This record gives sequence, C-alpha cells and structure tokens, in this order.
Amino acid sequence: MTNMNPTQAMPIPHDLPLPLPLPRALLEVLLVLFFILHILFVNLMVGGSIFALLFEFLGLRRPAYDALARAIGRTITVNKSLAVVMGVGPLLALNLLHTVQFYTANSLTGFAWAAVIPLVTAAFLLTYAHKYSWDWLADRKRWHLALGTVPVLLFLAIPFIFLVNANLMLFPERWAEVRGFFSALWMPNVFPRYLHFLLASLAVTALFLGAWFGRPGFPVEEFLPGFTRPQLRRLFYRATLHVSVAQFAAGPLVYFTLPRPGVTTALTLSILAGVVCAAVALVLLKREIGAADPEVGRHFWPITSLLTLTVLFMATGRHLYREERLRPHHALIQQETKAYQEASKAARNQTPASRPPE
Amino acid sequence: MDFPIFHIDGMGNRMLVAVVAILHVLINHGLAVGAMPLITALEWWGERTGDRRWDDFAYRFLTFCFVITTTVGAMTGVGIWITTSLVNPSAIGSLLRVFFWAWFTEWLVFITEVCLILAYYLLWKRWQGARKRAHIRLGLFLSLFSWITMALIVAILGFMMSTGDWRNKPSLLTGVFNPLYLPQLCFRTGFAMVSAGLLGWALTLFFTRKSDDFRPRIVRALAGWVLAWTPVCAGGAWWYWRRIPEWSAANIPTALTTQDFTRWHTNLQSVAISIVGGILLLSVLAVLLPRRMPRLVLALPFAASLLLLGYFERVREFIRKPYAIANYLYANGVREEDMALLRRDGILPHATYAQVRLITPETRTAAGREVFLLACTRCHTLRGMNSIDVRLAKMFGPGPWDSIAVANYIRDMHVPRPFMPPFPGNEAELDALAGWLIEQHGQTAPLAGAQVAGIQPAPKLTDEELRRQATFQAAKPAEAIE
Repeated sequence: MTNMNPTQAMPIPHDLPLPLPLPRALLEVLLVLFFILHILFVNLMVGGSIFALLFEFLGLRRPAYDALARAIGRTITVNKSLAVVMGVGPLLALNLLHTVQFYTANSLTGFAWAAVIPLVTAAFLLTYAHKYSWDWLADRKRWHLALGTVPVLLFLAIPFIFLVNANLMLFPERWAEVRGFFSALWMPNVFPRYLHFLLASLAVTALFLGAWFGRPGFPVEEFLPGFTRPQLRRLFYRATLHVSVAQFAAGPLVYFTLPRPGVTTALTLSILAGVVCAAVALVLLKREIGAADPEVGRHFWPITSLLTLTVLFMATGRHLYREERLRPHHALIQQETKAYQEASKAARNQTPASRPPE
Repeated sequence: MDFPIFHIDGMGNRMLVAVVAILHVLINHGLAVGAMPLITALEWWGERTGDRRWDDFAYRFLTFCFVITTTVGAMTGVGIWITTSLVNPSAIGSLLRVFFWAWFTEWLVFITEVCLILAYYLLWKRWQGARKRAHIRLGLFLSLFSWITMALIVAILGFMMSTGDWRNKPSLLTGVFNPLYLPQLCFRTGFAMVSAGLLGWALTLFFTRKSDDFRPRIVRALAGWVLAWTPVCAGGAWWYWRRIPEWSAANIPTALTTQDFTRWHTNLQSVAISIVGGILLLSVLAVLLPRRMPRLVLALPFAASLLLLGYFERVREFIRKPYAIANYLYANGVREEDMALLRRDGILPHATYAQVRLITPETRTAAGREVFLLACTRCHTLRGMNSIDVRLAKMFGPGPWDSIAVANYIRDMHVPRPFMPPFPGNEAELDALAGWLIEQHGQTAPLAGAQVAGIQPAPKLTDEELRRQATFQAAKPAEAIE
C-alpha cells in the first residue's frame, strides 16, 4: 500500500482562487523557521512537565528533588504560553502553503482536532493548579502527585492529534480509508514520529534545565539545597546524553518507516548532516560529564549550537519530504482549479448577470 | 465543496464556532484589553498614595487575569482558527490569503503582548521600590499592545461583514479601512474598559472583606473607571449601528435573534439600553454610596455586560448572512461567482467529495443527502440546533409533505428570506434534496459528518458526461428523476 503510486485514488480538490500573499519559496522558509521556534517551546513544555513529575516522585525519598521539581514547574507555565503563541506562525504558513491538504486532514479527524481546545486548556489549568498547590498540598503529597500526573498524561496524548494531522495531510491517496482520528492514528510513521518527538522533548528540556539551573547568577545552594551547580549541570547533561543516544534508534525508525515515494537524496543528506552534528555534540557532552567540577559547562554553547543545527537539518528534511510527497498532488490541484475557474467563467458569461435570478 | 464536510448534527457547526469565539472575545476584551490598563492604573495609584492595599488588589486582579488569559483565553483564540477551519475552511482559508499581513503583524504584536504579560506578572514582586516606576511603564506597554492586537483583529472582523472596496480593488488596505472598522473599534475599546471595571467589582467580593474600609474605596474607584468609559462604549455602539451597510441592515430583525424568538427582537434595543443604563446608574450609586453596595449588585453588572457582548457578537455573526465574506463567499462555502456554473451543471459534479455525480432513480436519495451536506449543513442540522426538519415541519405541518412544494420553497427561499444563500444546484438536485428531506422527516438517526463517516468520492464526470447531464436536466428535469 505504501508503495503505490500516490496519484492513484487521490481526490483532487480545487484550490482557493486567491493568490498567495508571499512567494511560495519564502513561505516555505518561514514555515521551517517558525516551526522550529514553536516546537522548541512545545518540547520545553512537554519535557518540563515530565521532568517535574519525575523529580517530584523522587522527592518522596529525597526532599532536594522536590525543590528541583518545583523549580522546573515554574518554567513550564512560561514555556507553555510561548508554545501557544509561537504556534500561530507555522499554522499560518502551513494554512497558506497546503490549504487543501491540511484542512482536509483536520476535517477527517474533526472531533479530535476540535478536542485540542478543551484538552490543552485543561492541561494548562491543571499545570497552574499543580504549581500553585505545592505548599497547600504539602501534607497530602500523593494528591499533589496525582494532580501533576493528569496534565502530564494530557501533554503526552495531545501531540498525537497534531502528528496524525501532519501525517495524514501527506497521503491524499489514503484519505478515503480514514474513519475518524483513531483510524488515522495507525497510519505508518505516526508512532515512530511520536517517539522521536518525545525523546527530542526530553533532550531539549534536559539541555535547557542544565543551562537554566547552572547559570552563573542563579544561587543554587539557596534555592535548591542539596545540589551544587556542577551536580545539576552533570545531572541534566547526562539526561540529554542518554535520551539523545536513544534518538539514534528512534531516528532511523522514522526514516525507514517514511512511506515511499518522497524520500529523496536531498532529504537523506539533510538528515545525515543532522546526525553528524548530533554525534559531535554527544562526544562533547560525554567529555563534559566526565570533566572536573569547574570545567562542567564550558562546552555548553558548542553543544547547543550543534544540536540547533541538528534541529535545523531535521526540520528541513521533514519539509523536503512533505514538499516531495505533495508535489504531484499540488500539480493536479492547480490543473483542476484552472479548469474549474475557466468553466465557472464560461458559465457566468452565458448568464447575463453573475448573481442568480431572484 | 472542496473539503470533506465536517458536521455535528446535535449542537450544530455554527454553535461550535460561536461558543469558542464568544468565550474568547469575552476574555480578550474584559480580562486583557480592558483589565491591563485598569490594573496598571491601580498599581500607579498605589505607588502614588503609598497605600499597599491598592498594589495588593492590583496584583491579585492580575493573577486572576493572567491565569485565565494564558489558558482559556489563549486556547479559545487558537480555537477560533481550529473550529472555523473545520466548519468553513473556504472562508478562513480565503481570509488568511487576503489578510496575511494583518494576521502576521497581529502575531508579532501578540508575541510581544504575551512576553509583556509574562514579564509584568512575574516581575511584580521583584520590581518594587526604585524599580516600581519601570514596572508601571511595563504595564503601560502591555496595555498598548493588548489594544493593538484587538485593533488588528477588528479590521478582519469588519472586513468579513463589509468588504468595502475590496472586491473592486483587492488589497489589504481596502479591506482594513472598510466602513465598519472605526465604529467597531470604538465600541469594543469602550466595552473592554467598562467590563474590566465591572469584573473588578465582582473580584472585590473575593479580594476584600466587607468590614475592610478599603472595599468602598476600591468600589468607588472602579465605578469612576466605568463611568469614564461608558460614553465611549455607548457612542461606539451607536456609531456602529449607523454604519452597518444597507444590505445587512435589511437583515437586522432576523440577525438579532433566531427565528424562533423573533418576539425578542423588538425589545432588544430596550434591553441593550437597559443594561448600559443600569450599569451607569449603579456606577453613579457606587461613587456616591460605595459602602452601601450589596454583594449581588457588585457581581451582577459584569454578568450583564457579558450578555450584552454575547448579543453583540451574535448580531455580528448573523448580519453578514447570507455571506461568510460579504459579496464573495456564501455562508455555505460557495463562491458567488460560481453560482452560474453550479446552477447549470449542479453542485454534485463539481464537489470534490460528492459520493454521487449523476442523479438517477437509484441514486436520488443518496444525492439528496449529499446536496444537504454541501449546501445546508454549515448553518443547519438535520435534527439538532437550527434543525431543517423542525423548520420544514413548522412550515408544512406534520406531514406527509409534498415534494414539489418543498422544492419550490427551497428554490425561492432567498427572496423572502434574504439571509439565506440561493440554492447552489440544478433542478434535479433540488428535487433530490426535497425528496431526501421528506424521507428523513420522522426518522431519528443523526447525520454523520466526514469526521465519523469518512469520504467516498465518486469518480468525476468527463466533460462529455457533464455536457450531456446539463443538457438533459435543463430540458427535462422532472422526468430525469421520476
């Protein structure tokens, strides 16, 4: 099925007969850049809530982790606001570039797509409730943990809705098979992409938290008693390293489950470039973890720059695949739209006025 | 026509958008655009008088607004986009293309606004003493950016109601400076400020005690704020009503209420005047007798103001009918310029996901269902809110209905009911629709949208088939379906 010619059994809708407000190529560049900005804060929001919950659990045995969990919790509510606002840009660009495919995927998974609104709202409100009830529920820690678990579960579930839509829009030849969100969930590549996203969230957040709590002006001993700055940096660097190593398994899984055609040399090269950058970053990370206390953190910017390049290459690869995959569909849509507009014009010219007779 | 039909047969598609949009506007106006300058003013007053209680009240007020705007407010904002892309993708897609720069600029302002509110809230406790004035300036910037966000969005809303010169000179500026822009902006600015003051009243119940001598002082100060802004709100509303173009003015009696509640519309003006008048009266009383204001009186005006805005938004949504974008796109997603083609060929041959293209005795029922989905479901349900079945039952009685009478009614309904788009199909499709509606009368199964039933598009007709179909139906529409 995945090897079938994508132009077969493909619905060919008409595009909106209005020009794009920007050249297509520029919109594509903006889409990639805006998406990276958005997904960065989504990663920090999802990863932050997982780490906060994890450390709160560990805090049951060692109170220092509870303070750490609370400090992480303070970052989530800021990152979640930026995740939402940064989501508008890529959504705008995607709506313009792939109007027909994206709205069609939205419609076919309509209930789940609409459920994004209450689900994310509930996750945000519960995150605030968890953050502001830390003292109030200090004596009922299990209740507080339960309160923190619900938004994490929501944050883990909601990305499926976005991933299913981003995936489904790429396969117009399979739209007719879809019967709601859950049927589209099982299409190839959704679960590998989810795993890739989840690991990226943890890696990005761990790197951020290492820098955030390890920043020179932050009084670690005062706010996080039981930890030193090098300890915290090492703790989060180690998390970044382990998760990133796991990405070396998840990444190929995504690549090899990508339905063909659509995988081009440019895509493969882009992914490989990202992998090389990531590999160098991991070597530096490994050295950083093993370094003496005063040395931990000196490679932060090279590591961050290399991983930023990895993200840029991966996001470019993702975009190249989407463009390649949808190229035949776009061509057929343009052809169909032109024919429809000509037919519409001819019909208007047959009728004295464009308005229907009243 | 070019997208799978998302449809909710219970609450209706229109209600889905309305719930999300109205909630967002209520939060945006009252808790962001209006509340931020008010909170900044309260903070400034606390700084000037040296009385900490003003500062404490302002901070708690901000905490409430911060949590609600960054959760429900933010998500309903995105939610308008999500729901409209489901319910009327052609409309939102077209608006995005015309208004890209407005939306893009709005996004940049929105990012600034979010960063400012995060900074304003999170730095409140830290920027005390010598840095307090800088913090107040931050509040002023936040207030300005909140207002600019609204000012940009109002341009888009105004455009949807009245395209002004856009059809003749399609550009961003002609869309933005449509005749309804400034009146709407004036009304919404005044309303936002008034509702923030009224929200402040309601919050005094939670943030102050009755025995506290601060309560009458804050109540009086908030009343002064409401009194100062009510003329802007009332004046803007009056200006707005005067500017509504002729075509929508003709629809206003229907626009203000659903047809089931037409008796309301004659009283609506007096209801609006009563709410504004009541708020004014209470504000005067609060200035004169702040200690005597009962709890209910402090809580109710905010609810009343929400009611007023809810009506206002509803009017806006209804008066643009029969269009989603004035003189360009009908509410059912059909472009006005395509009507000649659809009336000649029918909508089924051109609708991407139609399951039936040619109407024969065997396909007539399925065709009727398809035509209903394509032409009616953006506003009507089969058996839920604004049910077509209920509307026809009111007109034709309990049944059985006459197929020709129903078809005749649908064909011409846009003449006596100018808020309805003209039927976008040919005679055979009209007959199939009437037949299907008659068949559905008395049944109970809801109509499933593409999000449940999926799509099964029939192969498109060849040009030859299309020509034959058009000629055949134009010559003998009745025989084609008998």
